[in-house]
Amino acid sequence: MCLGIPGEVVEMPAEGDLARVDVAGVRRLVNIGLLEGQPLTTGDWVLIHVGFALSKIDEEEARAAMDFLEGIGQAYDDEIKALMESNIG
Amino acid sequence: MRYVDEFRDADTAQAVAAQIAALCEPDRHYTFMEVCGGHTHTIYKHGLEDYLPEAVTLVHGPGCPVCVIPMGRVDDAIAIAEQPDVILTSFGDMLRVPGGRGSFLDAKAAGADIRMVYSPLDALKIARNNPDKRVVFMAIGFETTAPSTAMTVLRAAAEGIDNFSIFCNHVTIIPAIKAILDSPDLRLDGFLGPGHVSTVIGCRPYEFIARDHGKPLVTAGFEPLDILASVLMLMRQIAEGRADVENQYARVVPWHGNRRALEVIGEVMELRPYFEWRGLGFISQSALQVREAYASYDAERIFELPGVRVADPKACQCGEVLKGVLKPWECKVFGTACTPETPIGTCMVSSEGACAAYYNFGRFNRSHVREITLTEVGRS
Repeated sequence: MCLGIPGEVVEMPAEGDLARVDVAGVRRLVNIGLLEGQPLTTGDWVLIHVGFALSKIDEEEARAAMDFLEGIGQAYDDEIKALMESNIG
Repeated sequence: MRYVDEFRDADTAQAVAAQIAALCEPDRHYTFMEVCGGHTHTIYKHGLEDYLPEAVTLVHGPGCPVCVIPMGRVDDAIAIAEQPDVILTSFGDMLRVPGGRGSFLDAKAAGADIRMVYSPLDALKIARNNPDKRVVFMAIGFETTAPSTAMTVLRAAAEGIDNFSIFCNHVTIIPAIKAILDSPDLRLDGFLGPGHVSTVIGCRPYEFIARDHGKPLVTAGFEPLDILASVLMLMRQIAEGRADVENQYARVVPWHGNRRALEVIGEVMELRPYFEWRGLGFISQSALQVREAYASYDAERIFELPGVRVADPKACQCGEVLKGVLKPWECKVFGTACTPETPIGTCMVSSEGACAAYYNFGRFNRSHVREITLTEVGRS
């Protein structure tokens, strides 16, 4: 649960806090309320933790984070599985 | 020694390790604590200790939120789950954590409605969809996770969802580091600061470690090279006679943290006078509780809790492991009575726990772990 997973913003909400992000090829809604005050747009990368975007990152960092996560095996698989079952919208 | 998993920058790692070795003074030993369970993961997974010179030892700290939850709080949560019309929701990591009366999984098997969620917002959705049930979210985690719980409470309040509450077990990292600095058990030369916690709190809260305790701290990223580079930064500080807070993970961690995240924590939660940590005992002002203004979202106010303190099983040495005094394989029950499938202690439950990390990703092949453990213990 402590993992931060990178996702690419694919759709910004017209209103409210839920943006659609692409995480490892799957699209999910995440809450972007904690990035209030930071400009966020489609194509930006964010670090996602328990359904919330915690910080903006660049693409290079996103790739590095993904490499790290894929390398750690079970914990990452569990996290992605939990994320896939999540439906916060 | 063999590495279980060669990583792509192994050559660069060797070069960094050589620089670290060059900074070692003869006859001096250096012990650094990696505070965060994520770092422990990387270190064991990539066998980073094998890259480091013998004079440098990494010990793990208390930065695994599941591991530090005392057994009594697990029992309290189960007591809530056993109330009529309650749905208890929890991150998956918590499900196997043993309390005095068994784990969430045991309680679920016995009929309690306990559901795994990925996000507190999933728990809120369950509340929205089940207006005749009382939905409680088992809130755990350091400052990384507390803002998400706080945001969820704010959202529940905004939507007027009144059948949702949180059982707040959020803890704060700074008092735990203070407790370790004050502990006579361990002499540390510096810290690898946690990565994701620092995205929220920033680097400034660590300044007392350098200023008052004369120990350097470097906030570190999670890649193998991040860890080695951070160790090098610590070694350079020591060689230059400095003790500063430095940020190796600046590409993700802003020096001042995430102000909005801190605001929402402060809006919904306040410090508890004290909280029990597994292995570390009671630490003052080390955890968060729900503020009076949000009392109707506070499971501790809604439900009557047993609140009984439960001592850890005698065989379990998670406390020593969490303080970095023992390495996982030095625990009497590691890999024998205590495994990820049948954990006795929390450090073996969470994937971020030092014992689980060592068991799953350590240098040792899983099938050989028992044999090698015995050898290692015999040698030490």
